[in-house]
Amino acid sequence: MAKLPISAEKIIDKFGPKKHYTPMGGFEGSHEPDKLVKTHCCFCAMQCGIQLKVKDNKIAGFEPWMEFPFNEGRLCPKGVQRYLQNNHPDRLLQPYQRVEGKGFEPITWDNAMERTISEIRRIQTQYGNDSFAMLSGVSLTNEKSYMVGKFARLALKTKNLDYNGRLCMVSAGAGNKKAFGLDRISNSWADLKHAEVIIIAGSNVSECFPTLTHYIWQARDNGAKLIVVDPRVTPIARTADLHLPVKPGRDSALFGAILKQLVDNDWIDHEFIEKHTNGFEAAAEAVKDYDLDWAEKTTGIEKEKILQAATWWGKAKTSFLLHARGIEHHTKGVDNVLSCINIVLATGRIGKPYCGYGTITGQGNGQGGREHGHKCDQLPGNRDISNPEHRKYIAEVWGVEEKEIPGMGLSAYEIIEAIHRGEIKGLISICFNPIVSLPNNNFVREAFEKLEYYVAIDFFLNETARHADVILPGSLHEEEEGTVTTAEGRVVKINQAIDPPGEARKDSDILIEMARRLGAGDKFNFENSEAVFNELRVASKGGTADYYGISYEKIEKNMGVFWPCPSEDHPGTPRLWEEKKSAFPDGKARFNPVAYKEPAEVVDKDFPVILTTGRVVSQYLSGTQTRRIGKLVDQYPEPLLEIHPSLAIQYNIQNRDLITVRTRRGEATFPAQIVETIRPDTVFIPYHWGGSHSANQLTVGDLDPISKIPEFKVCACQLIPTGKKAAPAEERSAYQSS
Amino acid sequence: MTVTKYDQQMGFFIDMQRCIGCHACEMACAECETNGQESMIHIHYVERAVSTQTTVQVCMHCEDPACANVCPADAISKDEFGVVHTAETSRCIGCSNCVLACPFGVPQKQEKAELMMKCNMCYDRTSAGKKPMCATVCPSGALFFGTREEIELKRPDSVPVDTFIFGNQEVKTKVKIMMPKGSNYLKVH
Repeated sequence: MAKLPISAEKIIDKFGPKKHYTPMGGFEGSHEPDKLVKTHCCFCAMQCGIQLKVKDNKIAGFEPWMEFPFNEGRLCPKGVQRYLQNNHPDRLLQPYQRVEGKGFEPITWDNAMERTISEIRRIQTQYGNDSFAMLSGVSLTNEKSYMVGKFARLALKTKNLDYNGRLCMVSAGAGNKKAFGLDRISNSWADLKHAEVIIIAGSNVSECFPTLTHYIWQARDNGAKLIVVDPRVTPIARTADLHLPVKPGRDSALFGAILKQLVDNDWIDHEFIEKHTNGFEAAAEAVKDYDLDWAEKTTGIEKEKILQAATWWGKAKTSFLLHARGIEHHTKGVDNVLSCINIVLATGRIGKPYCGYGTITGQGNGQGGREHGHKCDQLPGNRDISNPEHRKYIAEVWGVEEKEIPGMGLSAYEIIEAIHRGEIKGLISICFNPIVSLPNNNFVREAFEKLEYYVAIDFFLNETARHADVILPGSLHEEEEGTVTTAEGRVVKINQAIDPPGEARKDSDILIEMARRLGAGDKFNFENSEAVFNELRVASKGGTADYYGISYEKIEKNMGVFWPCPSEDHPGTPRLWEEKKSAFPDGKARFNPVAYKEPAEVVDKDFPVILTTGRVVSQYLSGTQTRRIGKLVDQYPEPLLEIHPSLAIQYNIQNRDLITVRTRRGEATFPAQIVETIRPDTVFIPYHWGGSHSANQLTVGDLDPISKIPEFKVCACQLIPTGKKAAPAEERSAYQSS
Repeated sequence: MTVTKYDQQMGFFIDMQRCIGCHACEMACAECETNGQESMIHIHYVERAVSTQTTVQVCMHCEDPACANVCPADAISKDEFGVVHTAETSRCIGCSNCVLACPFGVPQKQEKAELMMKCNMCYDRTSAGKKPMCATVCPSGALFFGTREEIELKRPDSVPVDTFIFGNQEVKTKVKIMMPKGSNYLKVH
């Protein structure tokens, strides 16, 4: 029974989101803190270093951490305001249970645990172990990610565990494994500095990874040409040497056409291809018909610009290609990624100084969180849960029989579909807000309403947790020690600054207690986070993501260690592939042929406009944290429908007219923002909000067949002007998600 | 306030082209204990309908500051390091002369407090050898605090400019803006 017990408005009254501001003179003790704790920002995979001011076991403010080498004090607005998630009036300070008609009422930890364990037992006895699923998230540290994986397999004994990385960069991970046998960006950011050409494909770098902008400009100061592929003129695209305004969903056509130009003009590295790769001929054959005229027609980009991009890339001596969700959130996300890798391999520009390639992972621990086993198909060290050797190794580390480890389960969206079908009856979630973040979220909400038992671990009552039977108050980033792995593959240390407030507990303590009550306590005898990390090191040993040689001490001493780091005397690996050997047995990297495919949903006469979604600089993902921080809300208070003036005129739309956007899945109404910085055939809505303001009511749930990532970035819509103007944003309170 | 090591070699440079409109500078500025959560730096879209270009508006610390010259209460002063300080609260009469006189439109009158407030180059930080908050956090390099030699070396395609011509008036500033190489001044028509 996971319907809302009372109206959303009444829940919001008690649990927020409420906007939290710093008092006029700062928090008490901000001028004379007891200590400054060196840690990292909790938002995004740049993981900027920051110092938190602590006074009387409370966070009182921040001070830039100038010495941390990646950001040297630089921060984005989310980083500056991150400390306001502390001392927050919405913070969950005790366990709650759902009471029909009354809302959520406090219960004791013992009762919350007892009820949860008894419901797990009941559901698993009645419907089987796999009928109880778990959804996790990669804002969790490596230690917690590892523990969740072990918990679900050994304590909950379910195969159905997956995570919100499934809607982040899994297409990149799958593509990298197909091409290199390993999933990590090839170089540290330092190698951007002297790249002659940089391609950024589908990444709004200056809003999603603002501090990376500095590195792009460093390269440009050294003469780099910047090419940005994006349907919108984002702030990073605005100053690019070349902006390729790709039609959403046509990325592999663009990169296929570029590969053809490289081949036709002989701008390829024959020696590298011959000695260090396989499959070039098939990849070239797949794009032989992708001439410039076809590419212009398919991608919507002028052919001169495509040729210019191919020429710059082809003739450069050094280069770096970066991509992110813009090319990954597609039913052909893996194809898009492989089409990028093909042009990198064709020119042999990898494994050398200032030559690199990689995805810009999105979430705080998007890299480490996808390596250590809370994915449905994975065991720690980025091992394959279906591989008998990998299973045997992990079974030994865990001290269990191999057969006790469940097999591959369903991916995140498939778990929601299975709940909707009635096959999965119970759920634990931690650090995941799928009712805001998954596509076609009316369907997702319906699924949650069908659950027989749902327990949510979180620090705020997010929109999904409003459907929970029991809520367990967990810990914020700064309330538990651990490590995360940044987008450049650098393992860094998260230091505990304060204790969880009230009755809130560390996430790991919650997992350990549940494991104990489920009879698996002996597998979770961890004294502290370092003990978890030390087990993770052993579990990852020999895997592609090998952390064995990394220790807490080594991380702190070196301000991070880049994996792979297979032994204690190993310095870590900022640059991969210097030996020109991939992780495959033959040591060769693999081209993969990419034939262009259309998106799952293309425009037609009924749904004539392309809809794409993305982020704004002041919000982070589903907004659980950032929609509670006053200044971040005020900066961009509600989602706007970005629309080109030439499209607006067809519908007689003016600024702030309320426009209903309808797709085959649902409809929602947004104020229009008329801008020339978007393709005329495409509208854009940012997705951070829930309820009636949620863009994901409209997006499509079709998945990439390999990565199982949903196609957030393209679907077909209708625009229906309502004839009304939007009230001022501050009166609409979109941040509350009612 | 004890001035320990205000380094006059250090300068403040603005490169509008690099501004990504993220507002980190505003939020960091407001953290300063003397600002009471008000930012002394402001980011605006030039014309959002046509571009994502944003601009930075902050005190330019003029060599001959019009704001100080027109202040009837002598509340605004320029110190030996060239920093033009915000109006002294005990003197400021809230007349807004400075607001009207500033060629860059920087000072703002805080209506609630009946006081003019503006950037004082993070004096508490810069006089202790730190960078101003805004230039510390700026993620794109649109704001830079360092020596002229350092920025010229790092950014060979642009040059710092400190001369602004408004009609017949020439204004020289402590804060410099980065312009294409070969530029000597910015003329505002």
